[in-house]
Amino acid sequence: MSTASLLQVSCVTKRFGGLAALEEVSLDVRAGEIYGLIGPNGAGKTTLFNCMTGLYSLTSGAVKLAGAPLQGLKPHQIVKCGFARTFQNIRLFANMTALENVMVGRHPRSRAGILGAVLRGRGTRAEEADIRDQARSLMDYVGLHNKGRTLAGHLAYGDQRRLEIARALATEPKLLALDEPVAGMNPSERRQMGELFLRLRAGGVTLLLIEHDVKLVMGLCDRVAVLDYGRKIAEGDAASVQRDAAVIAAYLGSTPVGAAPT
Amino acid sequence: MDIFAQQLVNGLVLGSIYALVALGYTMVYGILELINFAHGEVTMIGAMVALTVIGVLAGVAPDLPGVLVVLGGILVAIPACMLLAFGIEKIAYRPLRKAPRLAPLITAIGVSIILQNLAMLIWGRQYVSFPEILPTTKFEVFGAHISLLQIAIVVLALTIMACLWLLVERTRLGRAMRATAQSREVAELMGVNVDRVISATFIIGAAIAAIAGVMVSAYYGLAHYYMGFMLGLKAFSAAVLGGIGNIAGAMLGGLLLGVIEALGAGYIGDITGGFLGSHYQDVFAFFVLIGVLVFRPSGLLGERVANRA
Repeated sequence: MSTASLLQVSCVTKRFGGLAALEEVSLDVRAGEIYGLIGPNGAGKTTLFNCMTGLYSLTSGAVKLAGAPLQGLKPHQIVKCGFARTFQNIRLFANMTALENVMVGRHPRSRAGILGAVLRGRGTRAEEADIRDQARSLMDYVGLHNKGRTLAGHLAYGDQRRLEIARALATEPKLLALDEPVAGMNPSERRQMGELFLRLRAGGVTLLLIEHDVKLVMGLCDRVAVLDYGRKIAEGDAASVQRDAAVIAAYLGSTPVGAAPT
Repeated sequence: MDIFAQQLVNGLVLGSIYALVALGYTMVYGILELINFAHGEVTMIGAMVALTVIGVLAGVAPDLPGVLVVLGGILVAIPACMLLAFGIEKIAYRPLRKAPRLAPLITAIGVSIILQNLAMLIWGRQYVSFPEILPTTKFEVFGAHISLLQIAIVVLALTIMACLWLLVERTRLGRAMRATAQSREVAELMGVNVDRVISATFIIGAAIAAIAGVMVSAYYGLAHYYMGFMLGLKAFSAAVLGGIGNIAGAMLGGLLLGVIEALGAGYIGDITGGFLGSHYQDVFAFFVLIGVLVFRPSGLLGERVANRA
């Protein structure tokens, strides 16, 4: 595994009015690792995702992907840089077929515009066929066989989660940020998802994982950071984070003797 | 002459024009939830530009077949309208993208007034007549007279609708449009350049409107700086009838509205015992609009409003 830094989040602060949702958060995700981001509800995990993907502008701080600054870019430009994400509350294009959802994900890696759409030359048609083939193989990759024609909104819950991942993968990300990808899944589905994440990592995709399932996080993640009230309170390998006093306090709501209140 | 068959034909011709204009309303609404009231005026500008070009061409080359002259007018009107709609979106609507919904709506009405007055300044207040250069061949089918122009309008309109359908369902751009219509934010996070998709939507709607403008002026034999107003309102009614935001709905709504209007105009005299004449035909479109809004606000093919999360 390489140790080169892929995503650098430095001193990111995000305020909504007077409320500091994120306070000087810094992360350093290395290429090829699975990096876990955990913390109690309302700790600022999803806010951090939204800041990184361009939905929110930062109050201060910087985000860099493979050395290139992301702040100030529009969301679609950030995707093109190689940063894709999924959503905590599934946000598929429910009225489009599963395959079409994945095909939309090919958008930043394909070209045909209004002229191509009207003229439909040979190049455009070949590109369209490529988009379709790539989308199909991505659906197979995440385990959605023969479900391409189903409307995304009609898929089973677990399949919708997989489809979101396939759609995000279609953008050819270097970094895939997953916001609670196994929420609401049963143990066997969770295990399958865990296997998928390992396969993705083996395929060269770096994963940034927000998750509440501590067992999954501890089993999969190479490193873990813990957010609480918008601050990073711990970072390290899974085992050491689990023993960290501040983390225990944040999760159990008490301040153990000897730990500074946060 | 059988009045039912005749009015059915007239209604289908009118309806296919309404459908083309309605597509522009419904596509923009689908993506921005904005009722682009300036769309009727874009149609009018298309007619005016085309008529100007047709006038010049007919003067310069009187031997040129009428069909080619009209085609020349259309080919100039289309890019003119595309450019106009691109500019309107960029200057008038885009800065208001995050404003409350009422702001762009009022702006749209403002743009529509500006365009009307601009057209009045350029082309004057009088009617501009469509030169009689198209063949006037007529056929008789089931007791109805059908002109070549009527056939051409319907065939061209249906072809355009089919092409648009393919574009929206089968191309990368169409997919991006549908994705943007469902969720602008998610589309953007999947790498869709939403601004470009919105521009493309306006441009495509305007190109279709330009053709519809030429059709109307050829059909009635004239154009006028005020023609976009009523045409726009009717097309909007058609879009609402079919389910605003729904492309197939706009096509269906347009055709239905045309037929309702024509049949209404044909029989209103009989029904009211001669009290109301066929010049009340405009009334029907708005009766339909009110009826839809009261009894089925989501339109014939529209999804139930409650389903929109």
